[in-house]
Amino acid sequence: MKAHLMYRDRDLGPVLDPGHEPTPVTQALTQDLELGRLWAAMAAGDDFLADLAQRVLLASLTSPEEITYRQQILADAVAQPAVVRQVYDIAVAAITGERKTFFGLMSKSPESRLYRAAKVLEMFSGMLKQLRSVADEHQARFQSEGFRQFFAMITEELDDAYLQTVDDHLKELGFGNGTLISASLGRGNKGAGYVLREIPGQGWRDRWSLGGKPGFSFTIADRDEVGQQALADLRSRGLAGVASALAQASDHILAFFTMLRAELAFYVGALNLREALTAAGEPVCVPVPVAGEKLALTARGLYDPSLSLRLTGRAVGNDADADGKRLIMITGANQGGKSTFLRSVGLAQLMMQCGLFVAAESFTASVSPGIFAHFKREEDATMEQGKLDEELSRMGDIASQLTPGSLLLCNESFASTNEQEGSEIGRQIVRALLESGVRVLFVTHLFDLAHSFYSGQSDSSLFLRPERRDDGGRTFRLLPGEPLSTSYGPDLYQQIFGADSP
Amino acid sequence: MSFRSILFEQAPDLPEPARSAAPQVLADLNLDQVCSALTLGRDQYDLAPYFLTPLHDEAAIYYRHQVLRDLRDSDVRAAVAAFARGLTTMRQGLAQVSRLGHRYQQQRWFLDAANTYGQAVLTLAQQLRDVQLNSAGLVSLREYLETYLQSAEYQQLTASVADLLDRLREVRYCVHVKANRVRVTRYEDEKDYGAEVERTFAKFAQGTATDDRTTFRTLAEMDHVEAKILDGVATLFPELFRDLDDFRRRYASYADDLVMTFDREVQFYLAYLDYIRPLESAGCEFCYPEVSTVSKQTRVDDGFDIALASKLQGEGKTVVANSLQLDGPERVIVVTGPNQGGKTTFARMFGQLHYLASLGLPVPGRAARLFVPDRIFTHFEKEENLDNLRSNLEDELVRMHDILATATSRSVIVMNESFASTTLEDASFLGAEILRRVTGQDLLGLYVTFVDRLAALNGACVSMVAEIVPDNPADRTFRIVRKPADGLAYAAAIADRYGLSYERLRELLSR
Repeated sequence: MKAHLMYRDRDLGPVLDPGHEPTPVTQALTQDLELGRLWAAMAAGDDFLADLAQRVLLASLTSPEEITYRQQILADAVAQPAVVRQVYDIAVAAITGERKTFFGLMSKSPESRLYRAAKVLEMFSGMLKQLRSVADEHQARFQSEGFRQFFAMITEELDDAYLQTVDDHLKELGFGNGTLISASLGRGNKGAGYVLREIPGQGWRDRWSLGGKPGFSFTIADRDEVGQQALADLRSRGLAGVASALAQASDHILAFFTMLRAELAFYVGALNLREALTAAGEPVCVPVPVAGEKLALTARGLYDPSLSLRLTGRAVGNDADADGKRLIMITGANQGGKSTFLRSVGLAQLMMQCGLFVAAESFTASVSPGIFAHFKREEDATMEQGKLDEELSRMGDIASQLTPGSLLLCNESFASTNEQEGSEIGRQIVRALLESGVRVLFVTHLFDLAHSFYSGQSDSSLFLRPERRDDGGRTFRLLPGEPLSTSYGPDLYQQIFGADSP
Repeated sequence: MSFRSILFEQAPDLPEPARSAAPQVLADLNLDQVCSALTLGRDQYDLAPYFLTPLHDEAAIYYRHQVLRDLRDSDVRAAVAAFARGLTTMRQGLAQVSRLGHRYQQQRWFLDAANTYGQAVLTLAQQLRDVQLNSAGLVSLREYLETYLQSAEYQQLTASVADLLDRLREVRYCVHVKANRVRVTRYEDEKDYGAEVERTFAKFAQGTATDDRTTFRTLAEMDHVEAKILDGVATLFPELFRDLDDFRRRYASYADDLVMTFDREVQFYLAYLDYIRPLESAGCEFCYPEVSTVSKQTRVDDGFDIALASKLQGEGKTVVANSLQLDGPERVIVVTGPNQGGKTTFARMFGQLHYLASLGLPVPGRAARLFVPDRIFTHFEKEENLDNLRSNLEDELVRMHDILATATSRSVIVMNESFASTTLEDASFLGAEILRRVTGQDLLGLYVTFVDRLAALNGACVSMVAEIVPDNPADRTFRIVRKPADGLAYAAAIADRYGLSYERLRELLSR
């Protein structure tokens, strides 16, 4: 039984692998694009959703067909959010129900395992019945290939005969024999040194009374499950195991719910994010993925959703008309929205390539085989490397993974040495990447670097600058424009230190 | 002198929050790593407040130096460490007391904790009798412990503990379980039935059956069945359990306050000594610095970055030591030179030396004379932060402005690559303006910069340069030497080393 809600022909398996952990390069991307905020919005407080969102966002799809498969499922989810959340909740309830069914005092005792497996199977049986009734009631309203196949499978596989088989197994179970155990006071006065004893003069199974010995008696109520469990554990110390087959059956059903939960988690996260952005008054759109060789990038009202989720009021949207452009170089004033634009392009690309909507009014872009970020960093806390060394080391890691069509986002790269040297290093690297078919978005204040690309400008380069109003104020919009050599140091110094006399 | 505190000569008051160090300063100097390493495994002592509380007078610093010298003796160290282990066990026991729900379980954990405490104090006092102590702090502690051992309070406590433990060891009982019924009786030599039971149930084994029965949970808690069984045992031995109740009531607060304070405070020393011991074994030298709250004449022979040394030591490498000196009117070291030449490390070392000295600890270096500042400030370049919507440069300037507005002529400032994220002209202009203000305020400090001309700004500035090997510019010695700035940077060589020159990159991407 496979849900197949993330891929047409396979489950999410490898993405969920513990071994499928972030590499240094994807960690950098996460940090630089502040993906954490996006996951947080998708999670809405659910750590599992956060983890899943993280894994899926970093495992980009690379074909427009795969992206469309998810986009259609997501469209169903947006049209029927309550049903999708209900199915997700059933999976969660099944999994947490399994976890909550504790092993008793003696967790490894066979009797305890047997008892537990029975409880789990009983609970699972109820959840499977719920899933069936959701399918029966709602499946007609779902349009996407993914959901239609999913509901069809539920109806076929979980028929009454199968569920009855499960119930039959549960009825077979039962146990109970009296035992006599001696003990002394161990750590913290807990019983210790248990030894099983024979009841004098009687078969130990048959006799309760121990004659006239002084003693203290009590009874555990039938409804006291914890007490029953504790007693079962005490009684079953020596019984050989018979629980494995039953435990395995419940493991198989658990695996199904686990995968279902993981695959639906992506869509539930998407609903959460969509609701958050909508509540902030922001538009979202279904992006148009274009096969990689086209070099497309056109956007209207593109904004940084992470920023938007944090601000009150709407984020500033930018348009981009960069079809056919291989280099987009962004220069100009600090605080002009350059980094935000860079992040919004990176986020849009990543969101599109995992099947999500995009934070824009419209977005059309080529599917990229790899999305990479190289942002300026704080001093390396591990101290081994100087700053430029650290930057180049990261760039080296990225370079080894770049392929033609890859998208590289650079934010103030090579600025950790002085302007002249930083520009020279940047020039060599960017030139080599462009000629190798890599797409580069580069935010820089290195005038020397930006100016040299502008002077040798080709049709495949685009230069953007923050818009400044006539009064000098900033709009956080970017417009085409040539790199300017001015800087703002003396202005800021005057503004901040002006009142003090040296 | 009567014993008060092993850390504070005068008032053993806890840190004044206002004087404690700013988290960002510790992070910039990588002292947060040192603090984490010191406190690692020592959570129970809450040592961070001590690490965050620099001292501000010479006598308080020298009081600590004395205690540390005594603690360097292996017998003294062993005695204090054994005592600490005892009290840790005691605290774990008391934590169980407050966690556990059952009265007779609580009483027993409490009794065991009191027993552990009594033994630990006795052993410490006995072991301190046989060692040579020179510090005012430990000598007065030793006197205090002897008085305490003779007190009626201590004597009665230990006698009661011994009696109860003997009687508890004698208890034996039986539990009979059938269906929902449980009966607890005294043990009367009933026969071992284990072997019989195992034979009876062996036939249920499914081929390769595993024997699960050896691994039972050993939680401290009892479920309510166990709890009722223990209640039953208590009815079988009523006198013993009544006395156990009485003990808990009578000795509710058995531990002595000063003993407990000592236990916590001495960990600050032990933590630091544990931290530097492997470094010393690897050849790094530490010294007790000469300190002054007045003179800014500064000298450090073969100092090093303690956090880096610790990290390198873990990798089997040693750190490069560097010396520095500030005489007469000299106040600010301006460090220039190639990237990855050890400039930032040198800057951290400068800040660390001043900070560790004012904690009264041995500092990383062969010999040192250091000024005791009222505060240390750092201005390190920051990562772009979405939470602060102002631009980097504006943020840097605002931070710098705040520092200079707060700093006094007794402050130390460490500036690392300030204004490096702007244009060369801006970095040069702003660097000179700020440096003029720093020297104008007579701050003691260090400034790492790319801008050569700042190194010779005025008479308060001393130029130091990260040395390179002329034949191999990509190689680094990590030595910082006193000489004029020479304007060399070797970025291109490093870029080539990472395969990022145009030719090598083209080759890589055309494969």
